[in-house]
Amino acid sequence: MNRRKFLKKSVLFSSTFWLPRLLLAKNSLPDFKKSRVVIARDAKIFKHNHVDSDRVLGLLDLAMQNYFDVNTPLRAWRKIVHPGEVIGIKVNFLSGRGSTHHELVNAVLERLLQAGIRAMDIIIWDRLNKDLEEGGFHINYDGKGPRIFGNDAVGFAPNLYVFGQAGSLLTRTITNLCDGVINIGLLRDHSIAGVSISLKNLFGAIHNPNKYHLNVGDPYIADVNAFSVIRQKVRFSIVDALEAQYHGGPAYMPQWRWKFGGLIVGQDRVAIDYTGWRIIEAKRKAMGKKSLRDEGREPTYIFTAADGEHALGHCNPKLIETIRVKAG
Amino acid sequence: MNRKFSLIDQWPNKKEKGMDRRTFLKLTSAACLAMGLPVINFSDGVSAIAASGEDERFVRKARYWESLEHKQIRCKLCPRHCVIDDHERGYCGVRENRGGTYYTLVYARPVTYHMDPVEKKPLFHFYPGSMAFSIATAGCNVNCKFCQNWEISQVTPEQVNSFYMPPEKVAQMAREYGAKSIAYTYNEPTIFYEYMYDTALAGHKEDVKSVVITAAYIEKDPIKELCNVVDAIKVDLKAFSEQYYKDVVHGELKPVLDAIQTIHNQGRWLEIVYLVVPTLNDSEKEIKELSRWIMRYLGPDVPIHFTRFFPQYLLKNLPPTPVDTLDRCKAIADAEGLHYVYVGNVPGHPAENTYCPHCGNVLVERIGFTVKEMKIKNGRCPYCGTRIPGVW
Repeated sequence: MNRRKFLKKSVLFSSTFWLPRLLLAKNSLPDFKKSRVVIARDAKIFKHNHVDSDRVLGLLDLAMQNYFDVNTPLRAWRKIVHPGEVIGIKVNFLSGRGSTHHELVNAVLERLLQAGIRAMDIIIWDRLNKDLEEGGFHINYDGKGPRIFGNDAVGFAPNLYVFGQAGSLLTRTITNLCDGVINIGLLRDHSIAGVSISLKNLFGAIHNPNKYHLNVGDPYIADVNAFSVIRQKVRFSIVDALEAQYHGGPAYMPQWRWKFGGLIVGQDRVAIDYTGWRIIEAKRKAMGKKSLRDEGREPTYIFTAADGEHALGHCNPKLIETIRVKAG
Repeated sequence: MNRKFSLIDQWPNKKEKGMDRRTFLKLTSAACLAMGLPVINFSDGVSAIAASGEDERFVRKARYWESLEHKQIRCKLCPRHCVIDDHERGYCGVRENRGGTYYTLVYARPVTYHMDPVEKKPLFHFYPGSMAFSIATAGCNVNCKFCQNWEISQVTPEQVNSFYMPPEKVAQMAREYGAKSIAYTYNEPTIFYEYMYDTALAGHKEDVKSVVITAAYIEKDPIKELCNVVDAIKVDLKAFSEQYYKDVVHGELKPVLDAIQTIHNQGRWLEIVYLVVPTLNDSEKEIKELSRWIMRYLGPDVPIHFTRFFPQYLLKNLPPTPVDTLDRCKAIADAEGLHYVYVGNVPGHPAENTYCPHCGNVLVERIGFTVKEMKIKNGRCPYCGTRIPGVW
C-alpha cells in the first residue's frame, strides 16, 4: 500500500467511524453553559375554571421547543426519548384536587407516542394504586394503552441505594421497568420542606419517604436525587404550574392556591426548584405571608443538591438561563 | 405482565421453590437445634397476607395526638411530635391522618411472630430460661444506621406481608406454646402502642406476662401508662451523647433518659442494653458518664448489657466490636459500682453469667441464650443470702 492509498483508506475508515457519531452528537442534548429553565405561561389556559386541554398541549410544545431551540415538538421529544424505550411518567396524586392535571399527562402521552414510544411502553406511576385511582386513573397492568400502577403493585428492588444520609429501596418501576423517566412535579408550598417541586417529587420512587422529612428535608431530598439510578434515568422534568399553591401544602388548600397558568421545564432539577421557589416566595410576599426562611422552612436542600458532593445542578441565578415565554 | 410481585424481595416469609414440606421441616429443625433455638412449627391457621393500608381490620383510632388547624394533627406519642397533614403519615410510617383523625394502621398486624428465649431480648433477671412469644409490626420511630431488622422496621405496613392476629389470639397462642411472656420486639413497639397495650391486657387474662424491647423514644404519659400493664422493659440505650443520637439514630438522647427514669420510678423491671459501636460510642469518657448516670438515677441494681456490634444496614464500614472493647466497657461500669454488668453477643463469654455482687459466686450460668444452671432461690443468693433484684 503506497502512502496515497493509505491516507485515502484511513480517511474513509475514520469518516465512517466518526460521521455517525458526529450526527448523533448534533442530535443529542444541548450543551448549555448555563442550566436552562423555561417558564411558559398561557393567560387563556383556564376556560370556565377548567383547564383547556388543547391549550395545555400547545403550552407544553411551546416550553419544549424553547428549551431545545427546535421548531417542532417532535424534534424536542426526540432529544430525550427514543423508539423502543420504556418511559415512565412520574406524576403526583397525593393532594387530591391539587394533584397533577390529567390534561398535562395526556399532552405528554401524546407527544411520547408521536416520538415513537409504544403505548404499552409508557408507564404512568406514583406511590400507590390507591392514589392513582383516587386521582381518576384506572389501574392498567397489561391492558390496552399506557400501563398505570403504583409502587405498591410492583414492589421495590432489593438493592439498598445509599447516598449521604439516605438509604432506600427504589421502586422496580424505575430500577427494572423504565429506561427513562419524565418527572412531572407540582409548584407548591410544603409545610415541612418549604417547597415540593421537582426534586422532592422523586420521593415517590423510594420506599421510606416518611424518614426524610427531618430538617426541612435537608440533605435527604438531595441525597435521594443523587442515587445513581435516579441520576441516570430521570431525563426531563416538567412542573405542573397551571395552578400553584403558595402556603399550606402539600395538602390541597384552595384558599392559598392561584392560577399561575404555566409550565416550568428543564433538565436541571435544582435550577427548576430554585426558580419555582422564587415564584412561590414572590407570591407569598404579594399575599402578605412571611418568607419561608422566616417561617423556619427555607428549602435549603436545593443548595445542598447543588453542592460539590451532590452536583445535581445549579442554584446560582447567574448560572441559570431563565427563558420566559407566553402563549398567544 | 405478572401481577403478583412480591412487595420487597427480602421478605423472609417468601416461599422457596423446589423444597418440599418434609425437607423444609428437616432443615429448619436442624438449624434451630444448631442455634439452640426451640423447634416449633406453627400450624395455627394464621397465614401471611400482603394486606393493603385500606384493610379496616388493622385500622384503629390512635392514642396520644391533638388536632390542629386545617385538619392537621400533632402526634404526641413520641418526642418527635410529627405535625401531619391530611392523608399523610408520621415519621414511623404506620400512623396516618385521615380527614383530621389519627389512626394506627398496624393494630393486630404483626409481620412476624416467633418463640425466643427471654435471654435473647436480652432480659437476664426476668424468669431466666423462659420463652417469650415475640411479635413485631412494620415501622419504627427512629432510623438507626446499624438496624439489623431494617427490612421490617424501616418499611410501611403495605410493603411487607403481615398476619391478622388480634390481642386475644396472641395471648392464646402464647399460652398454648408455653411462653411465660409476650415480647414486643424486633421493631420499635412504641409505634404499635395501642396493639401492644391491648395485647398486654389480653395476655394477663391468660396468665402470660408482657415484656417490651424498646429504644424508649417515647413521651412521658404513654410510657407511664404502659408501665401499668407490662411486666418488664428492656431499653436499648444507643449511646450517651446527643450527637450520636442525631447522626446515627435520628433521635434524641434526653427524652430517652427521661423515659428510662419514668420506667424505673414506676417500678417496672428494667434492663439496659448498650450496643458498643467501634469508634462511635465506645470512648472511656462516654462509658464512664453512662455508668455514673445509671448509678445516680437508677442505682447499682439495674443490669446493663454491653453488646457486640456487627456491620449492618447503613453502617457496614466498621468492623465488629473487638471483645477487648466490651471487656473495657464492663471494667469501667464495674469500677463505677454497677452490680450487674453483662457482655452480650459473645457466646461463651464469662460475663454472660450472673454473679452475686456480695460473694462473687455464679448464680445463673449461661451459654449464648441458653441457661445452663439457675441457682437463685426465692430471689436470693444460695451462698450468702444476698437479695438479687429481678423477677424470678
